[in-house]
Amino acid sequence: MAKDKPQTTAVVKLKVNGKERSVDVLPDTPLLWVLRDNLGMTGTKYGCGMALCGACTILVNGRATRSCVTPVSTVAGKDITTIEGISADGLHPVQKAWIEDDVPQCGYCQPGQIMGAVALLAANNNPSDADIDNAMSGNICRCGTYQRIRRAIHRAAKTMAEGGR
Amino acid sequence: MDNIIRRQFLKGRCLCLKLGMALGGGLILGFHFSPPGLSGDAKAGPEEPFAPNAFIRIGTDNSVTVIVNKSEMGQGVYTSLPMLIAEELECDWNSIRVEAAPVAPAYNHTQWGPMQGTGGSSSVLSEWDRFRKAGAVAREMLLAAAAATWKVDKAICHAENGRVRNQNGRSLTFGQLARKAAGMPIPEAVTLKDPSRFKIIGRPTRRLDTPEKTDGTGVFGIDTHVPGVLTALIARPPVFGGKVVKIDSDKAKTVPGVRDVVQVPSGVAVIADGFWPAKRALDSLEIVWDGGEGTNLSTEGMREQYRNLAETRGMIARKDGDPEGKLRGGAKLIIASYEVPFLAHALMEPLNCLVDFRGDHCDIKTGTQSQTTDRDAAARVLGLKPEQVNLKTTLLGGGFGRRANPHADFVTEAAHVAKALRKPVKVVWTREDDIRGGYYRPMWYDRIEASLDAEGNPVAWHHRIVGQSILVGTPFKGMIEKGIDVTSVEGAADMPYAIPNVLVDLHSPTIGIPVQWWRSVGHSHTAFVVESFIDELAHATGKDPYEFRMKLLENHPRHKGVLELAARNAGWGTSLPSGRARGIAVHESFGSFIAQVAEASVDDGGKVRVHKVVCAVDCGMVVNPDTVAAQMEGGIVFGLTAALYGAITFKNGRVEQSNFHNYPMLRMEEMPEVEVHMVPSAEPLGGVGEPGVPPIAPAVANAVFAATGKRIRTLPISAKELTKS
Repeated sequence: MAKDKPQTTAVVKLKVNGKERSVDVLPDTPLLWVLRDNLGMTGTKYGCGMALCGACTILVNGRATRSCVTPVSTVAGKDITTIEGISADGLHPVQKAWIEDDVPQCGYCQPGQIMGAVALLAANNNPSDADIDNAMSGNICRCGTYQRIRRAIHRAAKTMAEGGR
Repeated sequence: MDNIIRRQFLKGRCLCLKLGMALGGGLILGFHFSPPGLSGDAKAGPEEPFAPNAFIRIGTDNSVTVIVNKSEMGQGVYTSLPMLIAEELECDWNSIRVEAAPVAPAYNHTQWGPMQGTGGSSSVLSEWDRFRKAGAVAREMLLAAAAATWKVDKAICHAENGRVRNQNGRSLTFGQLARKAAGMPIPEAVTLKDPSRFKIIGRPTRRLDTPEKTDGTGVFGIDTHVPGVLTALIARPPVFGGKVVKIDSDKAKTVPGVRDVVQVPSGVAVIADGFWPAKRALDSLEIVWDGGEGTNLSTEGMREQYRNLAETRGMIARKDGDPEGKLRGGAKLIIASYEVPFLAHALMEPLNCLVDFRGDHCDIKTGTQSQTTDRDAAARVLGLKPEQVNLKTTLLGGGFGRRANPHADFVTEAAHVAKALRKPVKVVWTREDDIRGGYYRPMWYDRIEASLDAEGNPVAWHHRIVGQSILVGTPFKGMIEKGIDVTSVEGAADMPYAIPNVLVDLHSPTIGIPVQWWRSVGHSHTAFVVESFIDELAHATGKDPYEFRMKLLENHPRHKGVLELAARNAGWGTSLPSGRARGIAVHESFGSFIAQVAEASVDDGGKVRVHKVVCAVDCGMVVNPDTVAAQMEGGIVFGLTAALYGAITFKNGRVEQSNFHNYPMLRMEEMPEVEVHMVPSAEPLGGVGEPGVPPIAPAVANAVFAATGKRIRTLPISAKELTKS
């Protein structure tokens, strides 16, 4: 109920893509909306608000995290990485593989998909199809690009194994 | 070039100039609408002195800007339409950048009358001539400029990869020629390439919009921004047609960051500094609603009503021979009824619209499929002339028909909020608003019967359809012919099987649920019914479902072509691991012919697993094979999601679903392997955005029958029904 929720704002210090940021918001504000509305970083998307679709996926200390249900107060000081922060030139091996395999259609879910794939490959440099299913089934793509996402993850894994960046 | 095209070009050109000045561009022809992605906000572009028509600008830096009048919602038009221009222009493919067209008559749909819009799988086929001609006109003017520079005959010059060359070995880049080309006369007529000379069209081409869709810079409507913009969330009536009786906003207004609470025709808007304070305030708003008669609606009640209607004669959409007479007295009569539910589009990007209303003009930024309708609707709300409203189309996070609302619902609503507020505001829908917001694919009830002679040949076929009209009450109502909404019977009234006596009739009940086109529209249900029932007939006569179809499609070579291609590649008739079976379906929609073979199994709990889908497509001439494949893959996922999960249901007038936990989507772990095969074809272009959807539900249902002996006649497929003994 409303009375249990914070009624005053507070300053929260964040580390986003290596940069220190400070915001003055309701402490229960999901990190998603801090990124989008307060920091102007719109690469991270809103899809459901309930951690059901993965469009808002970012990394917190390297782990794939649904930012739409992560109160900003819980990630103060932690390393937050967004789609804008995985490469300087948009050419992380995962992004390159996405381009190579022509993965996106509408593209709206793809930042979340890519962040999920980046986290997966950081933990498992040679994922099987089953590993991909496990890691990626929380990310919905309404356009149906799953087959290409799978192909691109295998491609990125290969590139990274060969020392490509 | 014919006169109409030429006039459009000239008009487009004048318009470019006018808009350029209106926006303070002033510079020659530089109407610098910002690219849809890249930055999202205006930035200085290259100097572009050569703008031969509304679709092309060429810069002194050799850049070629293609202005695309179709909305990019995933279907690849920001690549396939530039391919048409590049083919004739002979530019360097890598020099192309894409910009979303503003709203202007020059960008109207070539087949829909005076409006700009994207839908009906029509983008590439409807621009096939105009975009190629636009490219050819620009090329001819560049050739003329080069010939004049060199003082040679234009006939000895040719364009290639962004340069004009002549037989004396000299060359100039398009950028070097841009200024001079602008002064050349626009050719009255151009000759288009013979398809045998195509270098780009027909080749798999990587999408131009992938980089901005993989690095977070692509701008969707929800990402748009103007200084000082506020966020509005709207409480809409929980029952369609409901009205506000009383609002208590005291608690809502105590949330820090909340600016205002205003009543608008569609509900109550909470305006705040951002989404979260708006959401917090929305959740603490106390509104008393009057649901009116809508509170009596329930899925059960509607189903009952539809079933009863299906027992009575409808309006006749097709009648061949003597169907009523020939249904009786055959060797065998088979009767079945099929049901499919309301479906939400569930775009990944929930609806949104930014309106910046400044009294005498207004900027709108949104992802829409129907620019003219939306702009004009906003103008009416704001008391402006349409030309005082500048609507900028962003990338669309999915469209599927929802962003082509004939009533301009989400833009009209945002205009009302902006009018009340007099500040820039972006209305954002939550996922719950999206699932519960209406404009669904209609619920359908189909009753179908057929008689067979002693040899198992169908003699008569009667298909009766019950469901809401999408077109009634919309500006498209002119497409209703003698009471028949063509979108209700498409795929049924043109059922291709050779059956001498056919009747298709229709009931269009009036129910207070807003309905709309949903990817593949009427075909999304008629293909399921026709292709499942044909399968029933094949099995009833002990015939192979593939052979049975082939025999009845003697006069439909393109149907047969895709059936044969799909069956061959799927290994139709060969053995499968125990528990798995194949189902087949074929359907024509939007000028394209698709056959699909699905391989499925059903587990002990009644859960259907689709392992593989082989899809054969004949969409006439292909522009970008990679896009065609992607659209088939996507259409299959879209249709499979509906077949396995999709249902919007009502109780006491309220939608029972709200988010992805109870309106689920197909996920990675359930993704079948999809194989797409194309029929080489020189036929005119068909559509590709929608035709992949219709055949998948019947292909899967037919596979389930082959695996279990259980016939699916209701979607979504029910595990409970499949485990019943």
